[in-house]
Amino acid sequence: MPEWWTYRPEDFLLFSPRVYWRMFELHNAALWPLQALTLAFGFVMLALIVRQPSASGRSVALILAILWAFVGWSFLWNRYATINWAAAYVAPAFVLEALLLLVIGMLLNGLVFDRRGPAGWTGYVLLAFALTGQPLLAPLQGRVWASSESFGIAPDPTAIGTLGFLLLARGKFLSLLLPIPVLWCLLSGITLQTMGAPEAWAPFAAVALTLAAYIGTIIHQRRLPPTA
Amino acid sequence: MARVPKNQVGITENRMLTTRRMLLRASLAAMTATGFPPVVAHAQDGRPATRRIPSTGEAIPAVGLGTWITFNVGDDPILRGECADVMAAFFEAGGRMIDSSPMYGSSQPVVGHGLRKLGRPATLFSAEKVWTSSGADGPSQIEQSRLFWDVPRFDLIQVHNLLAWEAHLQTLFKMKAAGAVRYVGITTSEGRRHDLLERIMRDEPIDFVQLSYNIVDREAEKRLLPLAAERGIAVIINRPFRQGTLTRRLAREPVPRWAANLGASSWARFLLKFILSHPAVTVAIPATTRVDHVRENLAAAAGSMPDAAIRERMAAHVQNL
Repeated sequence: MPEWWTYRPEDFLLFSPRVYWRMFELHNAALWPLQALTLAFGFVMLALIVRQPSASGRSVALILAILWAFVGWSFLWNRYATINWAAAYVAPAFVLEALLLLVIGMLLNGLVFDRRGPAGWTGYVLLAFALTGQPLLAPLQGRVWASSESFGIAPDPTAIGTLGFLLLARGKFLSLLLPIPVLWCLLSGITLQTMGAPEAWAPFAAVALTLAAYIGTIIHQRRLPPTA
Repeated sequence: MARVPKNQVGITENRMLTTRRMLLRASLAAMTATGFPPVVAHAQDGRPATRRIPSTGEAIPAVGLGTWITFNVGDDPILRGECADVMAAFFEAGGRMIDSSPMYGSSQPVVGHGLRKLGRPATLFSAEKVWTSSGADGPSQIEQSRLFWDVPRFDLIQVHNLLAWEAHLQTLFKMKAAGAVRYVGITTSEGRRHDLLERIMRDEPIDFVQLSYNIVDREAEKRLLPLAAERGIAVIINRPFRQGTLTRRLAREPVPRWAANLGASSWARFLLKFILSHPAVTVAIPATTRVDHVRENLAAAAGSMPDAAIRERMAAHVQNL
């Protein structure tokens, strides 16, 4: 892009805040009552992790993969791309995340959700926000309930919730599953910030907490004495 | 009347057009040099003033309708209806030029929806853009845009933000020669790449140039606007309100009383009259989602226009706020 340094985030914002939030309203109306099911999936995964930490990897990975593919197709490809052509290029990344979850979590059985300590607790905080906190942001910001963002329906709570689950997991290929939700949160945060929406703090905070917890875990592991 | 051989019709028309462009060009250049406001036609009933497109002499209302952000409403039926209402008010108030781009998300199909809803107004002046880095993809993108608008052909197609401009201009010149488009133009915004734009204006036979110009961003006055007048190129002004930031900032201040003599009773009229009073400016294309604002914008093109001295007073007033 010529003279790229002269461009600001505002130059790439193609829509108004009103159109953006109305989009969630229309999306929720079109999918209702699927929100109840996707939210139930979130709580089922949480229950599996709590009750069967070492045996829930495949189930959680499968459900997350389905939700990522669904959000990529239904929201990004079919809905968001109508007002933001860039979303059509992001949608395949959601499908890629779904494939990675299937391969790493299902085929390789590479996720074990038994991590506790600071990273695990951070994961629970992110999960609590994604499942119950994020939908409340709409009425708290003076918008109608119908424009709420739900886990498994909208990309932000899906990405934040996934980061929460991943912080509770151990696994050889875990680092391959983090970049797409982190990048989505950054992209969404920039979009919301450019729109002047206070909700921008949520995806930014999710990224900050995830990176802090993940880096903290790596440092902690390196300090542990080698096992015989 | 003597019959003109078929192969000479084009030549005769070309000569007529050349003469017209030369005359308009000379008068525009003279006005630009002397600082006199442009000669504009005013309808009797408060309709917007019109300007001549130098390459043909065709008259066009001096205020058009931009669609950047405002018309990108996706499939939302309520917001699409509101856009159609804005278009209805625009045509009702005498507006003609609607400008869009493949870059503007769903704006093109939303314009098409509005045109169908309004029964395809015959007065429409359709201004589109080609925006792809591949010259080979230009024709298919233009055709897709035409299908979105649902028009037989575009009046004007511009190369958006100078992207792959050499290849696209060749395509557009061929389309113009074949009668598939009436005018060819090129655009930039936010003051980017003015040097290249100037070179294209000097070297290529374009009909229109589109650029950003407003009461606080006056870079174009130095070279581009005088060059457009000199070369007989019509000028479309985008971002006349700096995407609304100017009107929002000025909303806290009262419009100066002396501006009432110009009929500038609001900041929107004040800002647009400043732009439209530059002799080289043909059309300004503010974007809006509101019916009252579109009427207000078109009203700015009616009534008297400031002369060079008043223009400077207007700019100084805004600068000092």
